[in-house]
Amino acid sequence: MTTPSNPSDKESSVTHDSTSEAGDDRALVSLEHREGSDNLPERFQDPGLPAHIHRAGDSDEAAARRYERQVAALFAISMFATVLFVVSYFAVGNDTVVSLPIIGRTMALHVSLGVTLGMSLLCIGLGAIHWAKTLMPDTEVVEERHELRSPDEAREGAVKILADGLEGSQLKRRPLIKYTLGGALGLFAIPLGLQLVGSLGPLPHTDLETTLWDSKLPGGKPRRLMRDPDGTAIRLSDVTLGSVFHVLPEGIDATPDPNNEKLKAAVILISLQENLIKSARERKWGVDGVVAYSKICTHVGCPVGLYEQTTHHLLCPCHQSTFDLTEDCKVIFGPAKRALPQLKISVDDEGYLVADHGFDQPVGPSFWERA
Amino acid sequence: MTTLNEDTSGRSADALRADDTTEAPTGNGGAIGGVANWVDERTGAAKGVRFLMKKVFPDHWSFMLGEIAMYSLIIVLITGTFLTFWFVPSMSESVYNGPYVPLRGITMSDAFKSTVDISLDVRGGLLIRQIHHWSALIFIVAIMLHMFRVFFTGAFRKPREINWIIGLVLSMLVLVEGFIGYSLPDDVLSGTGVRAAQGFMLSIPIVGSYIAYFLFGGGFPGTAIIPRFFTIHVLLLPAIIVGLFTAHIILVMVHKHTQYPGPGKTDKNVVGFPLMPVYTAKAGGFFFVVFGVTALIAGLVTIDPIWMYGPYEPTMITAGSQPDWFMGFADGALRLLPGFLEFTLLGHTWSFNVMLGAILLIPILWTLMGVYPFVESWVTGDKREHHVLDRPRNVPTRTGLGMAAIAFYAVLFGAAGNDIIAIKLHLSIDDITNTLRIMLVAAPVIVFWVTKRVCLSLQRKDRDLVLHGKETGRIVRTAEGRFFEAHEPLDEYERWRLVSFEAHRPIAAPAETDENGVRSKTASADRTRARLSQFFFNDRIEPVTPLELAAAHHDGQADEALAPLEAAALEDAHPGEFGGHLHGGAEEIEEHNAYAHQQGSDDDA
Ligand code: HEM
Ligand code: FES
Repeated sequence: MTTPSNPSDKESSVTHDSTSEAGDDRALVSLEHREGSDNLPERFQDPGLPAHIHRAGDSDEAAARRYERQVAALFAISMFATVLFVVSYFAVGNDTVVSLPIIGRTMALHVSLGVTLGMSLLCIGLGAIHWAKTLMPDTEVVEERHELRSPDEAREGAVKILADGLEGSQLKRRPLIKYTLGGALGLFAIPLGLQLVGSLGPLPHTDLETTLWDSKLPGGKPRRLMRDPDGTAIRLSDVTLGSVFHVLPEGIDATPDPNNEKLKAAVILISLQENLIKSARERKWGVDGVVAYSKICTHVGCPVGLYEQTTHHLLCPCHQSTFDLTEDCKVIFGPAKRALPQLKISVDDEGYLVADHGFDQPVGPSFWERA
Repeated sequence: MTTLNEDTSGRSADALRADDTTEAPTGNGGAIGGVANWVDERTGAAKGVRFLMKKVFPDHWSFMLGEIAMYSLIIVLITGTFLTFWFVPSMSESVYNGPYVPLRGITMSDAFKSTVDISLDVRGGLLIRQIHHWSALIFIVAIMLHMFRVFFTGAFRKPREINWIIGLVLSMLVLVEGFIGYSLPDDVLSGTGVRAAQGFMLSIPIVGSYIAYFLFGGGFPGTAIIPRFFTIHVLLLPAIIVGLFTAHIILVMVHKHTQYPGPGKTDKNVVGFPLMPVYTAKAGGFFFVVFGVTALIAGLVTIDPIWMYGPYEPTMITAGSQPDWFMGFADGALRLLPGFLEFTLLGHTWSFNVMLGAILLIPILWTLMGVYPFVESWVTGDKREHHVLDRPRNVPTRTGLGMAAIAFYAVLFGAAGNDIIAIKLHLSIDDITNTLRIMLVAAPVIVFWVTKRVCLSLQRKDRDLVLHGKETGRIVRTAEGRFFEAHEPLDEYERWRLVSFEAHRPIAAPAETDENGVRSKTASADRTRARLSQFFFNDRIEPVTPLELAAAHHDGQADEALAPLEAAALEDAHPGEFGGHLHGGAEEIEEHNAYAHQQGSDDDA
């Protein structure tokens, strides 16, 4: 540690300062023309640390005692808040609700615990900082820095130890060991990696390409469209103009992983005026203007949950992809590329809506194997 | 036991034994001394403790940003450990029958149910949950601000490049850690986020669906993801983060902290307070302040009330679905990328509309940040150690680039709220999205330019201050009847802060061919470097030199005397190599000319 010198001869010395000595490219641009004139240095010189300014508490014992009392008061408040925390923990009921300004109605236990814990901690912190600022020594000290680079001797020593070690191992002279060791070290992680990656999960197989709509019910009947979440079948007559139904396939709860099936098979069923539908196929795959589309966004798979009655647009709340219900659910805006796949529906002999067959393409987000 | 040797040979055996018992420190030792003695005799720790306790830390508010991050990390670790005692990381489903009426009868996973219980049933559980969530957010904000501080002050320069990179890795891991933690309760909002994340994985060419199926243990959602996320969130990532953080702090100790420029502060010293007692009290106190403030916020401001959202249900979604804010920029990128970036080629689907934003964005941005220190040192040709920080204005191009990056981030972040903006402002979402797409490209350019100009003007202001002093508000009338405001010259300490920086100059490319006409191997690299160097340093303001100050002090009577000085300064600011247009120091010289009269008269007054 050193105390910085306080050079007063800053204007008189005519030297290069440390920055121009550094020998980097900039030093090439010479500044001589300034140096010569007026006998002034090329750059200003560091005046050194300014004089230390004393605080009230350093000399005035009364002020120091005042600070002491303030610090002690903060610590005392902290203790008080801690006691209050303990009291609240035991005294305030789980269901007690209080009304606070700005915050509104909230759980009394939670707020009282939070505020008392907060005060208890905060006052310790403020007390310690106040103490450090007012009473502890505030003279700055100076520590020297040393270049991080090791001395050449140490570097050479390190290199030599490594080289000697290599020599002692005879690795260079014995290629058989060198190559077999390399091979063994190169391969040893494979068992661990294989166990982990190989056992984490099954391969996708056809999971991404198929939905429950592809299969018939155990009896061979086509699956009905069921209301989500009630699980009741839907008659064509229930679907009044402009109404929207969230739909899942019949028998979904009997599958091994209903959540996965729901995620792929969810459908939105909407009744449009038939003459509004611009696409012939769309009309044909629906019944009297009642059409069913996959509800899984073709972007990254959020449920396309929002229907705008007036524009006949389906909107995905995740990134605002917008699909035109009157024209094959094509994307008319947003980051999705592909239209929502349509589900071909018809009416069974009891008057309920059923799916004739599954989607003609995978639903949901794009993936590599999807052609 | 010591054997007799030269030093003790004169003493009797009794005296020797008496000597043995006096090993314990005398005087101030007491109980602490006794324990310290016991430990030191078995570890030799005193040397290290003395070394550590004497370490000097400079004081500046901006150095507390890293501290806030550090303390938030500790708070997150403490409260997270608490939460593991009640949280059940399982996707087994059952029907809720607990005290919270609106959820009764609803089927939910154990993960969700246990989170509801922590929030509404475990006494003080909600406080711990909310402290955990709030301090995670404060952690991330603090890291970002800390990173800005490090960038804009040039603290990443040699020898701190490794720490810059460790920091970058930390910041990326912390984002992932935050995302996964947010997903654990298995509520409808976070479940939607996890579903989207699965969609992201699917967009990766060749291995995408494998990655997704391996991670989820099958199709989405399966029953494996929450337990796996739990292990990653409480074990894997915290271990890596704590390890990297430790390395980060050790490097700060090894390098010794940087300091802002000022009188007495050089690249060869560090001026500040020793660890004991001042820094310990301040930093320790600050830990309690951060913890206390976090607890207050957590007690008063509700965050992530999952019992109101309800459990995740694959077919349900709420309007305005958004990830936690720190992932907002990536979500915004997804909203801005147009659908045509997806196409089929060679029988496979290439989904760049998803991949660019969700998979590649973060690695690309982080790589750019990671190489920046090396690019800058290459461009400046500066291989020295730097321990005195830059004032951001003194490095206008770097500051401009940093602000441009922030602008880029801000546009992406804003884009994550394009639906909310549309609703609030009654504008069409199409228009807003298209505007944001343009802004994503334009805003960084504009912000870069404006920031650079602002920096240059601030530097001019500094020069002005050095040359002509502070305005005093005193109006003085000269003998000839002219009025001017009296200026007071800066004292040498104030002045040093403003003149101690270095203005880098552009590097010219060396000749492409040597004397034999052989083209240098590095010619094209040299040219790139020269061009970059021009970009960085062509516009610059040089610090005031003693000569210029002397010239400014020259009073108005000697007007003619200024002319040669001015010429000299002009030439200096524009060495012949780059075609003679005016900027930097030259403008300053003109300005000080304009002030010369006042200054001169001021001296008289
Ligand atoms: C886990 C998150 C992090 C923690 C807990 C942390 C903590 C700290 C602390 C306490 C310091 C010393 C005080 C200070 O200068 O603020 C520091 C210094 C530093 N940090 Fe971080 N940091 C984190 C992330 C980062 C990030 C994201 C970066 C940049 C990409 C970064 C780069 C640096 C550098 C270069 C220094 C040395 C600065 C100097 O000495 O002036 N850190 N860090
Ligand atoms: S998931 Fe529907 S727009 Fe992104």
